[in-house]
Amino acid sequence: MYSVNYHRAASVADAAKLLKNGDAKLLSGGMTLIPAMKTRLAAPSDLVDVSRLKDLQGVKVSGKTVTIGAATTHYDVSTDEKLKKACPALAHMASLIGDPAVRYKGTIGGSIANNDPAADYPAALLALGATIITNKREIAADKFFKGLFETALKEGEIVTAVSFTAPAKAAYQKFRNPASRYAIVGVFVAKGKDGVRAAVTGAGEDGVFRSKEIEAALAKSFDASALDGLKVPAKGLMSDIHASADYRASLIAVMARRAVAAANA
Amino acid sequence: MGIEGVGARVARKEDKRFITGGGRYVDDMVVPGMKHAVFVRSPHAHAQIKKIDVKKAQGMPGVVGVLTGKELKADGIGNLICGWMIHSKDGTPMKMGAWSPLAVDKVRYVGDAVVIVVADTKGQARDAAEAVEITYKELKAVVDATKAIQSGAPQVHAEAENNLIFDWELGDGKATDAAIKSAAHVTRMKIVNNRLVPNAMEPRAALGHYDKAEDHYTCWTTSQNPHVARLVMSAFYNVAPENKLRVIAPDVGGGFGSKIYIYPEEIVCLWASKKTGVPVKWVADRTESFLADAHGRDHVSMVEMAFDKDNRITGLKVDTIANLGAYMSLFSSCVPTYLYATLLSGQYNIPAIHANVRTVYTNTAPVDAYRGAGRPEATYLLERTMETAARELGVSPAELRRKNFITSFPHQTPVIMNYDAGDYSASLDAAMKAADYAGFTRRKADAAKRGKLRGIGMSCYIEACGLAPSSAVGSLGAGVGLWESAEVRVNAVGTIEVLTGSHSHGQGHETTFAQLVTQRFGVPIDSVSIVHGDTDKVQMGMGTYGSRSGAVGMSAIAKALDKVEAKAKKIAAHLLEADEGDIVIENGEFKVAGTDKSLPWFQVALAAYTAHNLPAGMEPGLKETAFYDPANFTFPAGCYISEVEIDPETGVTDIIQFVAADDFGNIINPMIVEGQVHGGIAQGIGQALLEGAHYDGSGQLLTASYMDYTMPRAGDLPSFKVSTSNTPCPSNPLGIKGCGEAGAIGSPPAIINAITDALGVVDIAMPASPSTVWSAIRAKK
Amino acid sequence: MSDVSLTVNGKRVSGSAEDRTLLVHFLREHLGLTGTHVGCDTSQCGACVVHVDGRAVKSCTMLAVQASGSTIVTIEGLANGAELHPVQAAFKEHHGLQCGFCTPGMIMTATDMIARHPEGLDEATVRTELEGNICRCTGYHNIVKAILAASQTMAKGSKGKAKQAA
Repeated sequence: MYSVNYHRAASVADAAKLLKNGDAKLLSGGMTLIPAMKTRLAAPSDLVDVSRLKDLQGVKVSGKTVTIGAATTHYDVSTDEKLKKACPALAHMASLIGDPAVRYKGTIGGSIANNDPAADYPAALLALGATIITNKREIAADKFFKGLFETALKEGEIVTAVSFTAPAKAAYQKFRNPASRYAIVGVFVAKGKDGVRAAVTGAGEDGVFRSKEIEAALAKSFDASALDGLKVPAKGLMSDIHASADYRASLIAVMARRAVAAANA
Repeated sequence: MGIEGVGARVARKEDKRFITGGGRYVDDMVVPGMKHAVFVRSPHAHAQIKKIDVKKAQGMPGVVGVLTGKELKADGIGNLICGWMIHSKDGTPMKMGAWSPLAVDKVRYVGDAVVIVVADTKGQARDAAEAVEITYKELKAVVDATKAIQSGAPQVHAEAENNLIFDWELGDGKATDAAIKSAAHVTRMKIVNNRLVPNAMEPRAALGHYDKAEDHYTCWTTSQNPHVARLVMSAFYNVAPENKLRVIAPDVGGGFGSKIYIYPEEIVCLWASKKTGVPVKWVADRTESFLADAHGRDHVSMVEMAFDKDNRITGLKVDTIANLGAYMSLFSSCVPTYLYATLLSGQYNIPAIHANVRTVYTNTAPVDAYRGAGRPEATYLLERTMETAARELGVSPAELRRKNFITSFPHQTPVIMNYDAGDYSASLDAAMKAADYAGFTRRKADAAKRGKLRGIGMSCYIEACGLAPSSAVGSLGAGVGLWESAEVRVNAVGTIEVLTGSHSHGQGHETTFAQLVTQRFGVPIDSVSIVHGDTDKVQMGMGTYGSRSGAVGMSAIAKALDKVEAKAKKIAAHLLEADEGDIVIENGEFKVAGTDKSLPWFQVALAAYTAHNLPAGMEPGLKETAFYDPANFTFPAGCYISEVEIDPETGVTDIIQFVAADDFGNIINPMIVEGQVHGGIAQGIGQALLEGAHYDGSGQLLTASYMDYTMPRAGDLPSFKVSTSNTPCPSNPLGIKGCGEAGAIGSPPAIINAITDALGVVDIAMPASPSTVWSAIRAKK
Repeated sequence: MSDVSLTVNGKRVSGSAEDRTLLVHFLREHLGLTGTHVGCDTSQCGACVVHVDGRAVKSCTMLAVQASGSTIVTIEGLANGAELHPVQAAFKEHHGLQCGFCTPGMIMTATDMIARHPEGLDEATVRTELEGNICRCTGYHNIVKAILAASQTMAKGSKGKAKQAA
């Protein structure tokens, strides 16, 4: 790791101020950033730790509206009783991230701000039609995730929370990379008041995306059988030593079918 | 056996320190004034070094030294050696290229060490390492051994034309060809054994300390054989004469073969310590381990197996290409030859065998012994071929094997080995029973109803362990003898220290070796201490690998115990005024048979040291040394059965059950033996399903961290059903065969036989990852 | 450089370290607690697991300064004096370790796992929750066995205590 200056922010406003130092980066759970710094792939001059800010923590459920603070850990999301009632699919998804030690530290805000193409949360938020709330504005998930490790966040902008309307039905199915255990394919399906949305992570060359094919099929009937024989195009999907684009395409259909079955169960 | 003696499931004495954080590994060592080293490694698989500029790095904060290969050579440090000479079939010696501990003119694989940087902290050393400026001229690289031997391929070493190190053969080619020609059936296969990275959880480390006042070096290193390290560093690398070099291998966090070798880093740390005047510690990152630890396996073979009309094997012909990587590591030459081709008879009566092995340089990490070393490659080839033959012949895989089993011993195979004892049917029967083999058809049908593909596969392995009779290996080209030493020191109060040349890095020697002493003298196990891993304490030893520490290391202890017992009995007889022949040792006492006269153990020990009343002419003291040189290899064998279920939609293979029935000869501690089998099976399943080192065409290692190299995790594995049915080994005093490698040797073919059975395909590449299985299913459609 | 103050195994400690110092290195090099190990660079092997404020985390993926103010338990602080923690005892009894390198992390993960599952554990859960801990020696067979046994022992122990309290 290169030398770095650590700051513990006292508030979101303080964090915003500290972010103006050199090439500063926000530090939340650090589950992606610190490994990247260890291998010297990331070299921020300063780290602004927001993980202890109480304002950024916790799950709130009010009617159908769910709001999750950006510094809420995967563990806290996965075990939150209110969330398990309002949107069990998201709690389940959080329980599949990394391993128990990673879930204790990693946060929802960190995950979406990093927008790793194999991360789970982007698929969930995109499928849930969530809103990403920052210290400056609110951004729809459809506009937030911009590509590999790219988001709509501007310099100095801090994710403070995400919010969404609990869907009537939803589920997430993940097929792990055998080595890294990140998603090779993860499909989150949600049936809400605006219809069915299905988002895919781990597979797209440009990161998380909504699958037109799956959404079209499920719009007719939100049933696993509606996806029988579904062909997902391999074009635009990643190929690496673990999975070809064809394999990923096939897995998307399989995971989607299983997700719908789980959502209906 | 008593609760602490031979055969008892004694909880391990060494565990206390490991479960409380008190283990002492190399990285835990601190020497006053110690600095930290980072190696600058080649980013290229093949390149000429045009220029090395260390000026900027030398001026960085905290930097103590930045040293290059030129300076190392100028100080007379030697090149790395390969300790086993192999001659090609035309009589020429193997063609070995030079391996300098720090590359001077050329780098030959990604990870080749070029410069060492020493600084106050590891962070500073790394900062400075990035400031070392090396100008390379990149050359074309070759990573695939089958391509490397084609004319026009990039030349890794000038010494080895077309990268061919040797072209060696074993067995009777004419008789084998004749058997194939006249066969009723011939099964032919191409067998690929995938390259693995050993991945002991403790990364390699070295701490070199040159004491100027004494002109003496100490090296703490992650070694399976510190004495061999000292010998080689003294005799070949010119680091220091043996009396001026102490090598300590303290607690070592797993080895699996990868810590047998003497690598560049420990040599360079010792040299750098003298050069910089400070103790120098280096600890590998995991990615460094992936790049620069010796890898394992990497064979491509063509096999022909001939059968007569009664399905008896009449001949076996094997043509193997073995990738040895960029340099010849310490035992690299014997792995694909004498540890491989000599096992090609398996458990079967095969009248004619011929093996041809070509070893090849490529621009990849050096390849050497990894758990099993040659024997997994032989077993995989043989057991995959047997399975295919059974399918082609339309007979049950179990019966085809049984029909061809060797049933009388000793049995001389056509490939050197003389099997001394075994009962292969017993293991096969035990495994089939434990696996409920008969119920498989029903289980397969049930799985099919759930849309799953079920398969079952077996593997009957044999290995040669107890490495090895010194004169035998010497005649085959080994540069060392493979005996073991022991010293048993009885203290004046009766407590006992056993000094052994074996080294424990997970095997539990501190417990099993003590059980042997407890069994012999009836003393409490806590009064016995095992001392190992330090060349200043133990005079000489050959270390731990090849499942040898029970069969060879403990046999040496048994020999020393014989001498101690004989002397102690003489003293006891003298003190008890009895005939020496009437003295027996029972429950920690010397007794005169048929009387109530006795002396406790400690009184005899005390008498030996007070020397007030010893038999006439006897020297005081009670301490004996023994060297044990095995009379033969040992031959552990067994049968493994695995049952898998495949999800055809995703290609995921679940291991429903894994059964192991082994014959290890006599067993000292069944709990520890089972643990060895569990671990070996996990590594074998890893090879079959999960693990594979993958270089791209330019020689970059794509699987250089756990993000891309799949380590077996708890969720990937089932609990194992293990059992033993043992025939004692006749060639050593304890009847032990060895158990360290069996799991890794026997399991890969059992898994792949099950997967190919489930899929209805002839072959599938290892690792049979979900993506590979899915592709096989799709290709079949 | 920053000041780092921690409570480690019940003792308050403080020191000064470069901001880039990882918690694991602070524990090992500044405090001499070498029971916590480093086995990989990618936060996957779990040899470095310690408890920070009651939760099992990877000390190789946390800066020491980030942990400042926290309460930490390492493998050295798990036993109650001479009396082994039930998880330590179970690892010994069931031969849940061989080379011992992954063991501290395994034990710290296991104690956290057992605490998180007061309802008890089954084999599948134990295997799933060992996702972040890699062992190369044991094939996990006896680790799983040890954790299941410790979980039962601890459940009995806490029931016993509850009875006494009642």
